[in-house]
Amino acid sequence: MLDNLTERLSGVIKTLRGQSRLTESNIQDALREVRIALLEADVALPVVKDFIQAVRDQALGQSVMQSLTPGQALVGVVHQELTRLMGQDSAALNFATVPPAIFLMAGLQGSGKTTSSGKLAKLLHEQHKKKVLLVSCDIYRPAAIEQLRILAESVGVDFFPSESNQQPVAIALAAVDYARRHFHDVLIVDTAGRLAIDETLMAEIKALHAALSPIETLFVVDAMQGQDAVNTARAFGEALPLTGVVLTKLDGDARGGAALSVRQVTGRPIKFVGVGEKLNGLEPFHPERMASRILGMGDVLSLIEEAHRNVDHAEAQKLATKIKKGQGFDLEDFKMQLVQMKNSGGVAAMMDKLPAQLTRGLPAKGGVDDRSIARLEGIINSMTPQERRFPDLLKASRKRRIAAGAGVPVQEINKLLTQFEQMQKMMKMMAKGGMAKMMRSMKGMMPGLH
Amino acid sequence: MFGIFTKSPKPPAASTASAAGWVHRLRSGLSHSRKKLQDSLKGLFGAPLDDAWFEALEDALISADVGVKTSSALIAQLRLAAKEQSIQEASALRPLLKEALVHLLTPMQRTLSPQGHQPYVILFVGVNGAGKTTTIGKLAQHLINQGHSVLLAAGDTFRAAAVAQLVEWGERNQVTVITQEKGDSAAVIFDAIAAARARGIDVVLADTAGRLPTQLHLMEEIRKVKRVITKADATAPHEVLLVLDANTGQNALAQVNAFDEALQLTGLVVTKLDGTARGGVLAAIAGERPVPVYFVGVGEALADLHPFNAQDFVDALIE
Repeated sequence: MLDNLTERLSGVIKTLRGQSRLTESNIQDALREVRIALLEADVALPVVKDFIQAVRDQALGQSVMQSLTPGQALVGVVHQELTRLMGQDSAALNFATVPPAIFLMAGLQGSGKTTSSGKLAKLLHEQHKKKVLLVSCDIYRPAAIEQLRILAESVGVDFFPSESNQQPVAIALAAVDYARRHFHDVLIVDTAGRLAIDETLMAEIKALHAALSPIETLFVVDAMQGQDAVNTARAFGEALPLTGVVLTKLDGDARGGAALSVRQVTGRPIKFVGVGEKLNGLEPFHPERMASRILGMGDVLSLIEEAHRNVDHAEAQKLATKIKKGQGFDLEDFKMQLVQMKNSGGVAAMMDKLPAQLTRGLPAKGGVDDRSIARLEGIINSMTPQERRFPDLLKASRKRRIAAGAGVPVQEINKLLTQFEQMQKMMKMMAKGGMAKMMRSMKGMMPGLH
Repeated sequence: MFGIFTKSPKPPAASTASAAGWVHRLRSGLSHSRKKLQDSLKGLFGAPLDDAWFEALEDALISADVGVKTSSALIAQLRLAAKEQSIQEASALRPLLKEALVHLLTPMQRTLSPQGHQPYVILFVGVNGAGKTTTIGKLAQHLINQGHSVLLAAGDTFRAAAVAQLVEWGERNQVTVITQEKGDSAAVIFDAIAAARARGIDVVLADTAGRLPTQLHLMEEIRKVKRVITKADATAPHEVLLVLDANTGQNALAQVNAFDEALQLTGLVVTKLDGTARGGVLAAIAGERPVPVYFVGVGEALADLHPFNAQDFVDALIE
């Protein structure tokens, strides 16, 4: 995610660490680096200026004077300020209204409104146990309505059909009526993408808002957006009483500075971030964690939370008991781990959340992908149950047979066994407790790293 | 606007005629956002030359997404020129700045001429929501107006209703769209090329699903699409165009790098320039990984796709 910014700031902080005292001139250097890093991360210039000013004021103040390690103090100030800029708490959605709670989605073309509507519907349906109705007021983009219909179907929520020759307000009001009569908890209203300077379309969405009085008006922003994010956010913020922001495509390598800009300009919390192409790729936004991540501390908490959600708890329980009983961790368990890793959004999504220091040594591109997980799975599937339970049985001739069965060279089998052994070691470590220890050995565990 | 591209197969005349039109579009689109930049620049260009002037100018370039590196380089260049020519007045630097930008961007200017192969296969790639499908719709119209026959390949088999979206564009332009019930991208495009050959069609415009360069399996998939296209026709694809959203910040550079590395891009199409975004990142791309720009999109109508012209682009950016 914000890898590049993370690395950049990590670098700055490293140079500061090497110095015994924090002088005005080396703060200057560090702050210049921070400024460039933020600008390269597409944080809008006015926001960067405010940020630097605030950090300078605080860094030269008391906190540094009292601190024993000035380098740490500056990191602290930068971190604190970043967190403050992005909002203090993870903001929850508001449902406190007479149902249906209406959510209105707004944003530029291609920012990801329709996909986010689908992801949001899934999240509300599955995690909040809400009865959700989706409706599209996008009468302009060809097949936009059809797109939402398909998403509703695959998520398993209700869809209110509309036609491109209808008026958006009429569609929305009919949907509200339908939702009321069918006892839906939430109505998500998707809208057409529009430019902030398009007066006709801005008037249209204002009218939509007036007719619906939505309890949530979510502004959908592409994490790759550049300096113009401030202008767009300001215009949408002035036209509509926004209640929150959804930041999309955060799984790309964009440094995501738009997050800071939009948060600052609209004053509204970022409620969700969109990651990945799968419909479960909508996560709560945690400003604190994001700041930690920018500073190279990674987003380990999010990772754990997500793993918790996707892991089959019964299976995990079985594994835990097994390990506790000292029965050991076999290849069957290893396979299960792989499957779960795949379910939690794949390796890329997971790597993304690890601290930059941890992943720096790893190949940035190539090497780690979901396909290698599938390959490992294939190899284990080519083994007999007995071999899976007692991997020590695997000698040359069995390996040859398995390799032929899985359609891979014998070296792949050996590689898998090495990874398995590392995982086994880690399981022992975990049994003894110590997440930190486990994270340190994470590198070895990742399948498919060469 | 529709009358601009007549049936004449030779585009040069048409493009000069349209230049005024699209610059106007670009300007009117940009005018809102650019106001601030212009105001600050106007104030600056009248003032005596000092460090604050250069700093403010650098800020203005950065605010247009030109990027820190390229902005610094441009400013350094201007400082040098100011010294060499002992320029005292800021206003004297204005033409120099424009000149520097035009000089930077002119090598990127390229005209699409789908000739020499039949069918001429153009593959469209890009991140999600960049505007690939819409661009194909507009380009189909543009090519038809130039007298080419066109066929569309619905290669985005991933996103919900992407096929339906392209089919609708096909209907608007009255061109055939090749789709498959359940196929992968490569298979659909392979079929489309075969169909185009059989029907004697000039140009195949192949749509693909949006993908982020970090999604390695999808980047691998698009490489495969290109390999399969080569199997259908050893000389194809004749163009691989990356569609870039003008709203994109510095990540545009990463996109160009990643897609160029994976597919050897032959050109760019910059979309959504009618908004408040200025597309200044093109200057950064010109500096670091120059890939030609064929078209810019300045609106939602079919005719709102125009050949890229460096001078016009800079004129619209800095008036």
